[in-house]
Amino acid sequence: MGEHIIKLPDVGEGVAEAELVEWHVKIGDIVREDTVLAAVMTDKATVEIPSPVDGEILWLGAEIGDTVAIGSPIVRLKVAGEGNVKAAGKDAEPTAEAEAPAEPPSPQPETPQSPRATKPAEAPAKPAPPAAKTVARSSASGVPRPEGEKPLASPAVRLRAKEAGIDLRQVAGSGPAGRIGHEDIEAFLARGPQPAKTSGLARNDAVEDIKLVGLRRKIAEKMTLSKSRIPHITYVEEIDVTALEDLRAALNKEKRPARGGAERTKLTLLPFLMRAMVKAIADQPQLNSLFDDEAGIIHQHGGIHIGIAAQTPSGLVVPVVKHAEARDIWDCAAEVARLAEAAKSGTATRDDLSGSTITITSLGAMGGVATTPVINHPEVAIIGVNKMMVRPVWDDTQFIPRKMMNLSSSFDHRVIDGWDAAVFIQRIKALLETPALIFVEG
Amino acid sequence: MKEISCKLLVIGAGPSGYVCAIRAGQLGVDTVIVEAGKPGGTCLNVGCIPSKALIHAAEEFEKVSHMAGGKSPLGISVTAPVLDLARTVAWKDGIVSRLNSGVAGLLKKAGVKTVQGWATFRDGKTVEVETETGSQVIRAETIVIATGSAPVELPFLPFGGPVISSTEALALNEVPKKLAVVGGGYIGLELGMAFAKMGAEVTVVEALPRVLAQYDAELTRPVVKRLAALGIEVMTGAKAKGLSTKGDALLVETSDGKSGKVAADKILVTVGRRPVTEGWGLEQIDLDRVGKFIRIDDQCRTSMRGVFAIGDVTGEPMLAHRAMAQGEMVAEIVAGHKRGWDKRSIPAVCFTDPELVTAGLSPEEAKALGGEIKIGLFPFAANGRAMTRLGEDGFVRVVARADNHLVLGIQAVGQGVSELSAAFGLALEMGARLEDIAGTIHAHPTLGEGFQEAALKALGHALHI
Repeated sequence: MGEHIIKLPDVGEGVAEAELVEWHVKIGDIVREDTVLAAVMTDKATVEIPSPVDGEILWLGAEIGDTVAIGSPIVRLKVAGEGNVKAAGKDAEPTAEAEAPAEPPSPQPETPQSPRATKPAEAPAKPAPPAAKTVARSSASGVPRPEGEKPLASPAVRLRAKEAGIDLRQVAGSGPAGRIGHEDIEAFLARGPQPAKTSGLARNDAVEDIKLVGLRRKIAEKMTLSKSRIPHITYVEEIDVTALEDLRAALNKEKRPARGGAERTKLTLLPFLMRAMVKAIADQPQLNSLFDDEAGIIHQHGGIHIGIAAQTPSGLVVPVVKHAEARDIWDCAAEVARLAEAAKSGTATRDDLSGSTITITSLGAMGGVATTPVINHPEVAIIGVNKMMVRPVWDDTQFIPRKMMNLSSSFDHRVIDGWDAAVFIQRIKALLETPALIFVEG
Repeated sequence: MKEISCKLLVIGAGPSGYVCAIRAGQLGVDTVIVEAGKPGGTCLNVGCIPSKALIHAAEEFEKVSHMAGGKSPLGISVTAPVLDLARTVAWKDGIVSRLNSGVAGLLKKAGVKTVQGWATFRDGKTVEVETETGSQVIRAETIVIATGSAPVELPFLPFGGPVISSTEALALNEVPKKLAVVGGGYIGLELGMAFAKMGAEVTVVEALPRVLAQYDAELTRPVVKRLAALGIEVMTGAKAKGLSTKGDALLVETSDGKSGKVAADKILVTVGRRPVTEGWGLEQIDLDRVGKFIRIDDQCRTSMRGVFAIGDVTGEPMLAHRAMAQGEMVAEIVAGHKRGWDKRSIPAVCFTDPELVTAGLSPEEAKALGGEIKIGLFPFAANGRAMTRLGEDGFVRVVARADNHLVLGIQAVGQGVSELSAAFGLALEMGARLEDIAGTIHAHPTLGEGFQEAALKALGHALHI
């Protein structure tokens, strides 16, 4: 039997550390090669760490929410054969690092082969922390009592509970094997009478502390940054998309195969909006910028990389359609479909999720009448799509039913004036209301 | 007809009844107890106490007989001993009598009124007692039924003449030359072994494939070995068929279906005990039953309001200490305290040679719970004290949950292990884990060290084996 140490692999170019967001295993689990051990998250992508070998989990090197440096040991496995720990020792032996082989795998997120010759006295004390941790985790103390299992308490405690009218099944035992002691009875009494379960309405004074980890934390940081630094101006305009919808329906109905003969992606409204934005940006390139406010420089981009804010089971992500200016409507649709699928299944790469210069946000069917979108820092504009619905529109003689949709858009008011924002949205409105304009060159 | 009324009426002054009455009296409850015989019930008069007296006398006699053979490794030799069973029984009766008065005194001290006579229910609140001075009606707010149990009689082997129950066996004037014991349970083996030690030629007839069938085979092996050493013939899988016409032998059908005869001066029938549910008007109050027993809930309440039942009449295990605990609990409930049956274990002791103790779950019962278990067994062959008292046969066995090491059951077999029941019961009732027992210093040199070692063994680091 040997030990195999798994270190946090390089999960992305230029990434020095990652946040541990999930353990898929616990100490004592038997894992096979390729069993997913953990998930770590870098700036945007979540990466799963598979086991390279079969073995039994001996030690886990981080808590959920910890930031772990690339190359730090994160898991120790008991494996058949020699494992990689002894091997490392043998390799190190001939070198000057005489102390290194004797040193057990370190639980700290540091490079495991770092020479410790200057502090040889520390070595023997090292195994203690992981060992203690293992014992604490494997012992069953504090485990909630399974349903139907009798509460464990001494006769004196049982008597006291009876006298006080306490049902011991409702008391948590803090002792070994979940044994209920006098102190648990006291704690239960101190909490006061619990509201009767039968009453329909009850006060709930519970406060659950939920640690902000992973994507949620990233989103929180990003939103704070955007809202604290960017003075937003939000502009809402309604668009008559009746003609656009007719065109879209006709194109989808036509089902003309793509050039290669492949089936074409069904068009949604999004590719039209993207193409309209490309056209509008041609007139107002300052809207396709990244504003480095610290340096006081606006990086105005030629390539239009449109981020599409999307809700996934684990939270908000923003996959990016690169170079929308070089894609036709079908190409935009295909790329949006690919990214949506990747984001949903969690297979989006780091590259898929970064590099946007302007963003579209949509709540889809939930849509709403208007929103106040938060700019994706350091961009300067975000276009929010609201729900399309049939509304009565006055055509100077009567009300007629038209398919109407609002756009709620925010702009960084430091670099975009309200006038410019309005011009930009009016241009998009004109393009979408007369969709033939989208396809006119120049 | 005289009439009295009281708050609590207890019917039967056995271990459950007298304890209930004493505790109720202590708590200031106006209590009356009715008993037809002497106070103390089966346990004190014809059960635990007299049998232990006889078993002790037999044990002493056998020790001396062994020394008289000149083979004692202790180097003691004596002339052949003589047993005067009539004197032994008189000594035993003296102990019983002292304890009878003791119980009567305790009842009196607690302010309990004792009515001597046979009680019969009229209704759920009224009982009529036939006393020496006529009949007396007692009305009570609460009535506790503690009528106990009696030996089961076989229809083809009725008690009388050479066929005796344990009650008569404890009052014999001389040791039978040949004793047939029908039923190889704990009562039959305790008495059968005692008579064998006193010189009787004993045959045990058991219908099941092995004796002491309520215990696991590993635990009873030392007892089976000792039965053979004492020259007791054990016929398993054999059925008693009746008394021979001359009345000098037991007719049996052996395990291979053949008819046979076991010559016997006395035939002791110990095939179990039945609850006493007849003759006191149970039909008048129509209580729910479980089989032959009275159905009770976890407060010993019967199906009728204000009527409790305790002791052997409520079912297995028919043990005096369970009955006493029930009696105490019911008295406190009647006095207005909140109580309920919440015991984790009722230890059981079997005074065979060697003795057996069980508390909590056996390995099989623990396995049946579904979880993984750990078992630690420490043999007395590795215990110094057992060696010095010629009692190396036997062991202590601890059964615990594998996940949290909670002790689920403890068993022991060996000379004098009955006294370990105190430690076993306490460990289970306190919810001990293996580490608790292993971490308790057990005095050296004692048999109790075997308990600690068994726990260490289950933890994987026994020291003396």
